[in-house]
Amino acid sequence: MTDSTAGMTPEEARRADEAHTGPMLAADGTPLKKSLARALRRQKLRALGLIAPLLVFVLITFVVPIGDMLLRSIKNDIVADTLPATVETLADWDADASELPGDDVWMAFYVDMWFAAERKEHTRLGSRLNYEQTGVSSLFRKTGRRVDRFDTDVYTDQLVDLDPSWEDPASWAAMLDGPAADALPLTAETWERWKEFNVEEGDAVLEEDVPDFLFTTLYYELNNGAEVDGMSDRLDAAKAAVGEFETVSLQEQFADADEDWLDPEVWKTIQLYSPRVTSGYFANSVDMQLTPEGIEPRPDNQQIYGILFKRTLFMSLVITGSCIMLAYPVAWLLSNLPMRTANLLMILVLLPFWTSLLVRTSAWKVMLQQQGVINDVLVWLGLVADDARLTMINNQFGTIVAMTHILLPFMILPMYSVMSTIPPSYLRAAKSLGATNWTAFWRVYFPQSVPGIGAGSILVFILAIGYYITPEIVGGNTGTFISNRIAYHISSSLNWGLAAALGTILLVVVLVLYWAYDKIVGIDNVKLG
Amino acid sequence: MADVTNGDAFVEFERVQKSYDGENLVVKDLNLSLPKGEFLTMLGPSGSGKTTCLMMLAGFETATHGEIKLDGKPINNIPPHKRGIGMVFQNYALFPHMTVAENLSFPLEVRRMSKSDREAKVKRALDMVQMGDFGGRRPAQLSGGQQQRIALARALVFEPELVLMDEPLGALDKQLREHMQFEITSIAHNLGITTVYVTHDQTEALTMSDRVAVFDDGRIQQLAPPDELYESPQNSFVAQFIGENNTLEGTIKEIKGDHCVVQLADGSLIDAKPVNVTQPGEKTLVSIRPERVEMNKERLSPDAHTLKAEVVEFIYMGDIFRTRLRVAGKDDFVIKTRNAPDQRRLQKGEQIEIGWLAEDCRALDA
Repeated sequence: MTDSTAGMTPEEARRADEAHTGPMLAADGTPLKKSLARALRRQKLRALGLIAPLLVFVLITFVVPIGDMLLRSIKNDIVADTLPATVETLADWDADASELPGDDVWMAFYVDMWFAAERKEHTRLGSRLNYEQTGVSSLFRKTGRRVDRFDTDVYTDQLVDLDPSWEDPASWAAMLDGPAADALPLTAETWERWKEFNVEEGDAVLEEDVPDFLFTTLYYELNNGAEVDGMSDRLDAAKAAVGEFETVSLQEQFADADEDWLDPEVWKTIQLYSPRVTSGYFANSVDMQLTPEGIEPRPDNQQIYGILFKRTLFMSLVITGSCIMLAYPVAWLLSNLPMRTANLLMILVLLPFWTSLLVRTSAWKVMLQQQGVINDVLVWLGLVADDARLTMINNQFGTIVAMTHILLPFMILPMYSVMSTIPPSYLRAAKSLGATNWTAFWRVYFPQSVPGIGAGSILVFILAIGYYITPEIVGGNTGTFISNRIAYHISSSLNWGLAAALGTILLVVVLVLYWAYDKIVGIDNVKLG
Repeated sequence: MADVTNGDAFVEFERVQKSYDGENLVVKDLNLSLPKGEFLTMLGPSGSGKTTCLMMLAGFETATHGEIKLDGKPINNIPPHKRGIGMVFQNYALFPHMTVAENLSFPLEVRRMSKSDREAKVKRALDMVQMGDFGGRRPAQLSGGQQQRIALARALVFEPELVLMDEPLGALDKQLREHMQFEITSIAHNLGITTVYVTHDQTEALTMSDRVAVFDDGRIQQLAPPDELYESPQNSFVAQFIGENNTLEGTIKEIKGDHCVVQLADGSLIDAKPVNVTQPGEKTLVSIRPERVEMNKERLSPDAHTLKAEVVEFIYMGDIFRTRLRVAGKDDFVIKTRNAPDQRRLQKGEQIEIGWLAEDCRALDA
């Protein structure tokens, strides 16, 4: 303390002290914050150690797979990986001109297809592009069978006729190791890919015949004026001769394999989906499509996901609403009965949890179907004619009834836990103050039970919006949810990208609703027990 | 006491009985009437039926038998919200989702009072409990004592003629409780409202009430003003329940008008006032307040009986000394002496002689 603090009260002195030295110091002179953090570190580490197994488990089994799935909704590596050269050359092609791509694209595509076919990757690529344009799958499959037998051996024969050393792989290796590699970029790159391919196959590149497509690329590049003058006699001779060569059109070769290659739409699709990241899946999942002009709505008869999303939201809301209506009186009763009776009834509420979900859903099938229990009873009572039995299943009604039943406990439990904390004296107080039973309930009890309704609603709504099994079994055509479509794409159409996009949208919708709920009701008002 | 005739009784219990299970009576044959403006406390141990009586009056329990009248009209079949009785609950029961002002205006709203009237009355009620600035707060933001005031204001804001309070001070600390006791009584008296107050705290009952009804076993054991209750308990339950009390077991030796002699188990004799004993030979429990025991023989009449006592413990309590004695073979006999300059501090093991005036020692039922 300095002299200036003399004569101050201890409180003033302490304040002045703080002002002088800045942060509070511990007894040993380290800042108090730091020494507090040090003191707590051990505790924190121990806590972390305790939750570490769960953390790792959740990371491995939940966060990582879900993150991976979500990424699939935009990932589109397959085109660029399978057709690297094509993607590069096709980038310059003007899709609007409705002309077929030029020779360089056909050349690159020939090489790419050859490797893809050898590696059996062309069918996967075909299925991928088939999501965007039907027919592409068979196009790729057909072409893959033919690409090995294209008539490009004419170039091989003519070059070998010029100089037999062209047949020797070692001479190619030597040539492309030198300055020729710069002059013949496509040939050099293709040679590298050919070498890699042989390594993959476990073959020695120098023992394999030089494939036709290398002769083709060489011819193509020489014919297009590659600057190879003076590099070797062989190349000079070849360059001089190529103008006179018998040629074969790659475009025609592909057209022979499948004439759909002459359809610019196919090339547009390939060009559209060549980037490694695509918005195509998301566009699809909101009933739009990618076109060279941008994102456009699909034709009306192909729109399905908008309807499904709306239906999913609407039915989830109806289910949540009916759960509230049914659960509120039950929770009220449970919380106002003596403990013994309440526990007994609670077991009845929990009983469904101990039965298989499938059994419960199937039971509803038995109850609701046209020859089912309810219809039989109604017919027996004469309320419904035998030939006009009610359709209560395989539609929205069936899904709503079955899911309301299945999700009801999730509504009752939070409501009950909130209601049982509301002392009966509040109602008594309200009545003693002159409120009728209804006013006392509505003005005093109900507002206090809202957190329970909120918690139950969030729980039920979020469970409902992603429900799959029950709508699948009792939903028919009109009662299915978006999750059924996701499951279809995961297991039947194998369009995981689209499934991931739909799932991502569903997740975002839930998060947005959660956020809105927090803004309107406040998540602090939610009590789960 | 009990000079209230049925004519001007404001609240009346007539032969009221209450049973929850059909086997045991919680309230047995209750007769009670109180005039307008009285502050009556129902005092008793838990399970004595006092809260049940209050709940029957409020309308939350129905009487199994008998009639409850308010202002001359039977109210057995009137639902609670039509009785117009203010009530303060044990845990205040302030509505947590409303502000203090909303809590207070609730009873006025359900009575369809106009907004300006409501605001005026809420303000007056808040001022009455000195909480005028707290209208915008929520109950959870108030301390226990503040919540208590609001609960009181809410019970009074719609100007009921009868207010019921169910152990309203139970959750407060001692100092606050004493302060609130004073405040509640002064508000009740200023407004001239009739109050029925339930508590198990006898100090509260004695300091606040006009009359106290001591409950035990479903019956009123004694209904009397506080001083009478303390000084003239009618039976041994009341004597022991109210205040500190020394009891000695014995048999009546002789009764002469207002004076009797009781023989204790060890044969020694004491003077007492017969209260509910009538003839010699009867078993009795004599009761003497610790502060009425006299150690100075000169202050007693010459022919008074005295007892030998041995000091077991001496406790210095500031304003008083509390001395525990062994008397007639039992060592729970307590005397209290004022911390006066001439008062000697007794030593442990000291042999003394004690006595008392016969009218301070009451011979009650055994």
